[in-house]
Amino acid sequence: MKPSPFEISCPGSLDAAHKALHENPRGTRIISGGQSLGPMLNLRLARPSRLVDVTGLSGLAEIRQTDSHVEIGAAVTHARIEDGEVPDPIPGMLRHVAAGIAYRAVRNRGTIGGSLCHADPAADWVTAMTALGATLLVRDGSGGAREIPMSGFMLGAYRTSMAEDEILTTVRVPRHSDRARWGYYKICRKVGEFADAIAGFVADPESRVCRVVFGSTGGAPLVSTELAQQIATTGAVPPLDTVKTVLRDSGLTLSDVKIHQLAIAHSRAVTEALSDA
Amino acid sequence: MTTGIGARIERKEDRRLLTGQAKFVGDIKLPRQWEAAFVRSPVAHGRIRAIRKPEGMADRVFTAADLSDIHPIRAESSLPTYNASDQYPLAKDKVRFVGECVALCIAPTRAEAEDLAEQVEIEIDPLPPVIDALKAREADAPLLHEEWGNNLFLTTFFDGDIETLRKTAPVVVEREYSTARQCMNPMEGKGTLAHWDEKAGQLVVYTSTQVPHLIRTGISECLGLDQGQVRVIAPDVGGGFGYKCVLQPEELSVSWVARKTGRPIRWTEDRREHLVAGANTRQHHYKLTAFADERGRLLGLDAEITVDVGAYSVWPFTACLEAAQAGGNLPGPYDFGTYRCHTFSVATNKPAFTPYRGVARPGVCFAMELTIDAIARAVGREPSEVRKENLVPAGKMPFTNVTKKFYDSGDYPESVAQVERHIGLAGFRARQQKARAEGRFLGIGFSTFTEQSAHGTKVFAAWGLPLVPGYEQAMVKITPSGSVEVRSGNHSFGQGLETTLAQVASEWLTVDTSRINVTMGDTGVTPYSTGAYASRGMVMAGGAVSKAAEVLAGRVKTHAAHLLQCTPDDIRLADGKAWFGNAHVGFEDIARAWYLRPDQLPDDVETAGLEVTEGYKPAIDTGVFTYATHGAIVEVDPDTGMVSIEDYYIFEDCGRRVNPMILEGQAFGGATQGIGTALFEEVLYDANGQPLTSTLADYVLPGPAELPHFRLGHAETLSPYTRHGIKGVGEGAAIAPGGAIVNAINDALTPFGIEINAIPATPEKVLGAILRAGTLREASG
Ligand SMILES: Cc1cc2nc3c(=O)[nH]c(=O)nc-3n(C[C@H](O)[C@H](O)[C@H](O)COP(=O)(O)OP(=O)(O)OC[C@H]3O[C@@H](n4cnc5c(N)ncnc54)[C@H](O)[C@@H]3O)c2cc1C
Repeated sequence: MKPSPFEISCPGSLDAAHKALHENPRGTRIISGGQSLGPMLNLRLARPSRLVDVTGLSGLAEIRQTDSHVEIGAAVTHARIEDGEVPDPIPGMLRHVAAGIAYRAVRNRGTIGGSLCHADPAADWVTAMTALGATLLVRDGSGGAREIPMSGFMLGAYRTSMAEDEILTTVRVPRHSDRARWGYYKICRKVGEFADAIAGFVADPESRVCRVVFGSTGGAPLVSTELAQQIATTGAVPPLDTVKTVLRDSGLTLSDVKIHQLAIAHSRAVTEALSDA
Repeated sequence: MTTGIGARIERKEDRRLLTGQAKFVGDIKLPRQWEAAFVRSPVAHGRIRAIRKPEGMADRVFTAADLSDIHPIRAESSLPTYNASDQYPLAKDKVRFVGECVALCIAPTRAEAEDLAEQVEIEIDPLPPVIDALKAREADAPLLHEEWGNNLFLTTFFDGDIETLRKTAPVVVEREYSTARQCMNPMEGKGTLAHWDEKAGQLVVYTSTQVPHLIRTGISECLGLDQGQVRVIAPDVGGGFGYKCVLQPEELSVSWVARKTGRPIRWTEDRREHLVAGANTRQHHYKLTAFADERGRLLGLDAEITVDVGAYSVWPFTACLEAAQAGGNLPGPYDFGTYRCHTFSVATNKPAFTPYRGVARPGVCFAMELTIDAIARAVGREPSEVRKENLVPAGKMPFTNVTKKFYDSGDYPESVAQVERHIGLAGFRARQQKARAEGRFLGIGFSTFTEQSAHGTKVFAAWGLPLVPGYEQAMVKITPSGSVEVRSGNHSFGQGLETTLAQVASEWLTVDTSRINVTMGDTGVTPYSTGAYASRGMVMAGGAVSKAAEVLAGRVKTHAAHLLQCTPDDIRLADGKAWFGNAHVGFEDIARAWYLRPDQLPDDVETAGLEVTEGYKPAIDTGVFTYATHGAIVEVDPDTGMVSIEDYYIFEDCGRRVNPMILEGQAFGGATQGIGTALFEEVLYDANGQPLTSTLADYVLPGPAELPHFRLGHAETLSPYTRHGIKGVGEGAAIAPGGAIVNAINDALTPFGIEINAIPATPEKVLGAILRAGTLREASG
């Protein structure tokens, strides 16, 4: 389990990183914390001839706060978020999600940007950031920047709407009001392993936001406006059968066990969010 | 404080193990050493058409054609229906499982060797794979070894008058059980480093093994060398569990290439190789019919056991040890009269079955213990009551059971009573009712087993093995400075034998274990031993060290008597000194007199000296039986299928505890592996025989957060047949968790009217069963 030969460069600026990417877009891969790419390299599932390390790029490890958003650099580690270095866009949720990812050793290196770009269907940030309505700032080789809303980011398992020459620089998370509530529940066989089912729920009466998201569905996170609306109007946890029907009608291929676990994760997440109201 | 038998002292080996100072195969670096990587079969079953080496790499890539003078691994057996297999260390003509070695590539580094391995082209005509052991028994199944005409390594039959029972027994319980294929996952995988030592005229093989002397025999036989031309050294070994008790194909091919190239060659197994090519254990299937009276008293048992053996028969334990043990041990600690059992050891396109901690008994214990609970439910009684009534009562000891196992000592029902008491069975049923009313599902489960340990010559001979263990030898010596050296051909790879053997020597010689050095694992400097397996280390090597140390203590007394002007009978050893009344001489004085100043000793001194090698075998050959009961309380989340273990209590009796702390460690470690078997670990294959669990993300091992706080109790019924009353204990705790935990799960699931009869009891399996039960109820209601 040794990777095939590669070179690695650690550019100091986005421009230099783009230049490296541009030279050989097919054979070059960005590496951030290496916690997903590393195993793929060792299994020779990924065999780039060159790696470009983005953890040293200016701004990528930074955390900022504006009036409306919290901005997290793509190379900020799960551990820094767990430890509370990121201001709360909604009280406690980021720390909770970060602390539930893998083991501390993985969190010490793994980054939020790497996790999002890897787009593992069972990963946490893709689901949590969708629930939070985050947008992603990406830069392309010509210096152009664009924003991708989470809802349009992940296309399927390990597929995103980012182009080959784009680098994710910042995750922008809208700040919620003090009255906002959230719930996040995952069903894992084992502490530190990827989840079998994830459900996220975020509601803010002030901004009239209410989002229901399912993760670990085998593809992109599943957003249900139907359930969100129902919760917003009734203020109650939807019955299990209703949730199951939504999941069954989602068009995704889900086993009965999976549907049940997702529905249970959902009701636990929503119950948690509504119970401390 | 004495450091003899029974002392709770820290392990001598832990300092180096815990501070990274241990020396594993992977830590050894010899001049000019190169690394090896294997090209492994990508298909489960196929005929090799061609293997093409990359241009100019003929001397860096080796195939079966190069190793044409090597003898295949062929484990013969004297059992009547046995079919032997030839396993070439690099596949010849056919490949029979994904991960089978096809070519060996060498390069200065492992990464370069893997680069080279990628360039080797192999053409294989795929054949239909045999993945399901039950289907493999059918007449039209594809054949792994065509010359046999079937896929059966072995069938055995033990007859009993079941037909009469079938007509008369008031209660009949029928079940099918299955246990998953597993990987043993020692922290250190296999590893081998071989080189030709010109001065010694020897092939020197450092290898991660439990059985260095056996491997020496295996290598010399397969490579056609005299045993004097082979030295095997097992350095520190990071866990064995049985995985390293057989001759490994890689040990042969690496040795061959090292000899051929004149270069030290090392191969280190990586985790992926382990999870694919090391998926070699535990997979059983049972069809059981149990007959009982109205109170649940077991009258008879009819069993059909199928072991999914994989492609080859390992040397020396063969493909048959598992089924032989399963058939022989299924009746376990129970007292009943009629038993019939068919066993089938079936060839499939999977890695070759290797005995794992507990050998067959985790399977039989799971099947038997679930059956006891099923009988109890059928007669409407508390399972642990039924269990106690069926166990061999203490009054009948020693007891010979229906399969002629000789149980030497113990009180089996009392072990259940102890667990009942400590885990709180009395108050549990009320608590369970209350929890159910709140929608929480608690369950309690028990599991009792006997562990045949240190089975001797006759037992192994009866299993038809090509190599049968006999006497165990050990050497004990006093050095010129009065410290002690112990040498044993057994090996320690986590069991703490380095400490416990020193304790045994200390028991006789009274020297502190800090001054006792134990050397193991090197065939060049240790007496012959067949090695560490079958929970024989402490009984056998311990017995041999004890005998040698006893003789040595006598010699010490003789010399001390000269120095103290008394007779040997007047001498008493204590605190590492020889005492005559209040006068004493230290071991250092005695050693100095013997080695350096023999002029101080009389002319007619006994010349045998302060170095003793003795051989040992227990008074009986049939093994000594440790036993235990495990009890678990679990909570099943019926919404997620997750099982959490609330409490876990083990009560065990392994005779004399040489070091109680080490014993506890063995129990915790074993039970942890048993929990892996019960709830987590499972090698999965697709229809083509491709393993789906080739990383630790897919093959789930329990971690610290998944484990309960184990609680432990002991009885010490000394074996009348071994030195110091020791019984083997290394394997025990891995045996019972499947039975205890799944009995507890099934107890919790009673309101749903379902049973789990296959392990691991994953959330998917448990939830699936609950959902199906719900659907059934909806459909029928
Ligand atoms: C044992 C283990 C358990 C785990 N458990 C969980 C879990 O429970 N939940 C969970 O969510 N995750 C889990 N993970 C994954 C972990 O969170 C990874 O850290 C994360 O998926 C990847 O982040 P990284 O920084 O390591 O990215 P890398 O591995 O460096 O990169 C991942 C991918 O993203 C691309 N990439 C990285 N940064 C950028 C960028 N700025 N712009 C464009 N592309 C980029 C890379 O090219 C690569 O394709 C686990 C990992 C391990 C090893």
